[in-house]
Amino acid sequence: MTFLLDLFAQAMQMILVLALSPVLIGFTRKVKARLLRRQGAPVMQPWYDLIRLLRKETVLAEDASWLYRSAPYIIFATTWVAASLAPTFATGLMFSWIADLIALTALLGSARFVLALAGMDVGTSFGGIGSSRETMFGSLAEPATIMIVFVVSLIAGSTQLSEVAAYMASDFELRVSVGFALVGLVIVAIAENGRIPVDNPSTHLELTMVHEAMILEYSGRHLAVIELASALKLLLYVSLIACVFFPFGLAPHNGSLSGMGYGVVLYVAKLAVAGFLLAVFEVSTAKMRVFRVSDYLGVALMLGLLGTLLVFVTRSL
Amino acid sequence: MPLDLALIFVGALFCVSVLSIRRRARSDISRIIYTLCCALCVLIFVAVVSPRGAHALSATLPLGLPWIGMRFRLDALSAFFLAVVNIGGAAASVYAIGYGAHEKHPMRVLPFFPAFIAAMNCVVLADDAFTFLVAWEFMSLSSWALVLASHQEAESRSAAYIYLLMASFGTLCLLMAFGVLGGVGGAYDFSTIREAPKDAWKAGLVLGLVILGAGSKAGLVPLHIWLPLAHPAAPSHVSALMSGVMTKVAIYGFIRIVFDLLGQPAFWWSIHPLVLGALSAMTGILFATVQSDLKKLLAYSTIENIGVIFVALGLALAFKANGQALPAALAFTAALFHVFNHALFKSVLFFGAGAVLGATGEKNIEKLGGLIKSMPRTAFLFLGGCVAIAALPPLNGFVSEWLVFQAILLTPSLPQWILKLITPLVGVALALSAALGAGCYVRAFGIVFLGRARSAAAQAASETDGWSLGAMSVLLAMCLLAGVAPSFMIDTISPAAQEYVGGRMIVQGDLPWLTIAPVAESRSSYNGLLVFVFILLSSFGAMRLIRTLWPRPVRRAPPWDCGYADSSLATQYTASSFAQPVRRALGGLAFSTRESLDMPLPGETRAARFTVEIGDRFMNGLYTPLAKAVWFCAGRLNVVNFLSIQEYLGLVFVALVVLLIIVAL
Repeated sequence: MTFLLDLFAQAMQMILVLALSPVLIGFTRKVKARLLRRQGAPVMQPWYDLIRLLRKETVLAEDASWLYRSAPYIIFATTWVAASLAPTFATGLMFSWIADLIALTALLGSARFVLALAGMDVGTSFGGIGSSRETMFGSLAEPATIMIVFVVSLIAGSTQLSEVAAYMASDFELRVSVGFALVGLVIVAIAENGRIPVDNPSTHLELTMVHEAMILEYSGRHLAVIELASALKLLLYVSLIACVFFPFGLAPHNGSLSGMGYGVVLYVAKLAVAGFLLAVFEVSTAKMRVFRVSDYLGVALMLGLLGTLLVFVTRSL
Repeated sequence: MPLDLALIFVGALFCVSVLSIRRRARSDISRIIYTLCCALCVLIFVAVVSPRGAHALSATLPLGLPWIGMRFRLDALSAFFLAVVNIGGAAASVYAIGYGAHEKHPMRVLPFFPAFIAAMNCVVLADDAFTFLVAWEFMSLSSWALVLASHQEAESRSAAYIYLLMASFGTLCLLMAFGVLGGVGGAYDFSTIREAPKDAWKAGLVLGLVILGAGSKAGLVPLHIWLPLAHPAAPSHVSALMSGVMTKVAIYGFIRIVFDLLGQPAFWWSIHPLVLGALSAMTGILFATVQSDLKKLLAYSTIENIGVIFVALGLALAFKANGQALPAALAFTAALFHVFNHALFKSVLFFGAGAVLGATGEKNIEKLGGLIKSMPRTAFLFLGGCVAIAALPPLNGFVSEWLVFQAILLTPSLPQWILKLITPLVGVALALSAALGAGCYVRAFGIVFLGRARSAAAQAASETDGWSLGAMSVLLAMCLLAGVAPSFMIDTISPAAQEYVGGRMIVQGDLPWLTIAPVAESRSSYNGLLVFVFILLSSFGAMRLIRTLWPRPVRRAPPWDCGYADSSLATQYTASSFAQPVRRALGGLAFSTRESLDMPLPGETRAARFTVEIGDRFMNGLYTPLAKAVWFCAGRLNVVNFLSIQEYLGLVFVALVVLLIIVAL
């Protein structure tokens, strides 16, 4: 019975993240539009877009190789696996132990690796520019994430997300290094998801575009899968921040169904708050020059390093 | 028995080396020699690996110095390194059966190749200082001869010259280290050295000398300058052996002396490996990111990986010095696991680079591109190697990096303040170099294999031969196996860890589903198999589902490129433009860059020119002044060549007096 319940919770998480991720994008767009005094598209619009893209014909560039055709599915699969392993509404899910925080970071790194390769496959200038810049952002964002992981897991004594969340929920004390980690992770999340001020998700043909440049040649179902993967990535980062820094309401391992239901409701509420804050942040800042991004991500890296040093030093006192 | 068999096979390798010397090479001789090499490597591998975890064996041969003989010993550590050497050697031999057929002067490679493998085997088996140093020097010289294989090129000659200098310097340091260890009594067999008590200053001196000696062979910064010159200059199968295997033999030398012969470490021993390792990792990968020669890029990335291994060894030393056996075993296992992994994927990558070189004749990646269509199999295998070395799950590179990070996470328990301050910085350096490594290999694979062909040579490329593909496939399959079943590797390394750091990780084979958990499952665990299966299932599942629900066929069309499509090849991103953002953001940490732009005035018709010069700080700041100083001193000392006989006798007398005074003191 517990086995079935475990399996159910894991399956539910997989479906939940898949279903909610485009809604989160839609909600953020809606709030942004309302803040700009526009009506805005319906919250479900990203889902409608995905279905429409799936129905459309897929056009491939002449020079595209097999890598280009399989890349969307690989990117989607790695992101989805990562998103299914991070605690969203419950800790200690059936498979949460197969990848810890470092492995989750590396899974996202794999997705980036494949996406950057796909950007270079057709041999156009825009694809190359996107891949090159994504590589630079990644080479700063990933170590920043690792350092933040160091902070969090040194405090919690584990790199397992479930354990970290359980620790943070039970005996949390206010620490400077946790604050550093939170700010750092938010900075990384904004950069990794290509949001303003690093990249603008709603533009094409702007010399600073990164993510959109890499996927410029994709169309039809390939594009749909990639869009879904990037929505999942945003959701994953929100879930990470929520479960590490705001772990209240997470259903414990072997919890009751009602506890899980409560967890789901709270999780959706957390997503809504995160989407709202993201929208407010995006309408109130301007995009920065691409070569400033390294300074911006450097801040996250330094925050992570400072946090780690603080933890190392305070441990022995 | 295993040791005797191994020694017989190593002897056979030397015989093959001698037998292959011919005035006039028959056309199929290289095929025969390489087949023999491969067979002997496999035999040694089987002989030493089958008694997994058995007790140490030793043997003495009546060769070498009359009163010592040549002592050999096979224990868990040497068995592990023998496995690495012979997997690498066997794969390189198989690869060379195909690749070596294009060799213009086979006699410049054939006799040295088996000798090189045999010498590396001897280093790992040696049980006295004399045998160790002779084998070490043999390994250096035979690989030097292999670097000189294409001696017509001035570049190769200067690379070989620098290599010879650095190798001699390294051996000299090791010679002195053994001198200090052996003491005035001249006890050169390892068991006596191991038992002898060591003073603190002596141990420190030996440690410094070993870091110089083994570090220069392994390519530790700042002793790395020969490596990116010499490794690419050799034929590709030799490059793979030098980068994948010989550097590991150097690491074996470091472990043997520092973890075994020197006895219980002091905590400060770990500082140098940690700092130099972190420095190597960062420097190596930043230089690799800006290279435009594929083999040079791979050589620089070897420096990065050596750095990672030294960091792990430094952590193991720190834990061992503080009596924390479990974390020490974790760090030590991580180091050896990375040794094994790097030998595998670096060989795959060098084989791939060799295949590209053979198919296009082009070393410069700016002239390549689009090879994924003309060499699909090579491309796939090279991509696998890139994923593995970029430390991405589910392949093996990630597992060893992950173990190193787990070891770093245990360092707050170390009592020394200096280590507490160093290890977070080392962690940043490792995280940065791992991320930069991924970017570096995106660039390497993307520029060489993706996009459109940038030259006629790349356009005309065709798939490489079956032997080369076979060697690469086997190694890549091992990468995948080590990635999805790392518990097997960890348990294989454990006896060596038990012996040299006094502890072992929990038996990973007992955990369900091939999971690995360095300390406890509640602390951290990783399951490569399930990650791999889930990724495979969800990607294929998504693909099948979408294709059945919306089965519209795919149409091919010219690229859109946001409406700016330009069929000219010049609009493709180049390797140097790809590296530019990273170079600007982080390059300052490793090298000095000078960019100059020559822009024609309006109305002028000449082309604009943009040049980037990358200055190697170590070369310009350390080695060039050193070489100048040597030249200066040599010029001054030249006077001594032209003295009269009385003056010479006078010099001899003065030297004698000085020596007597020293002895009297």
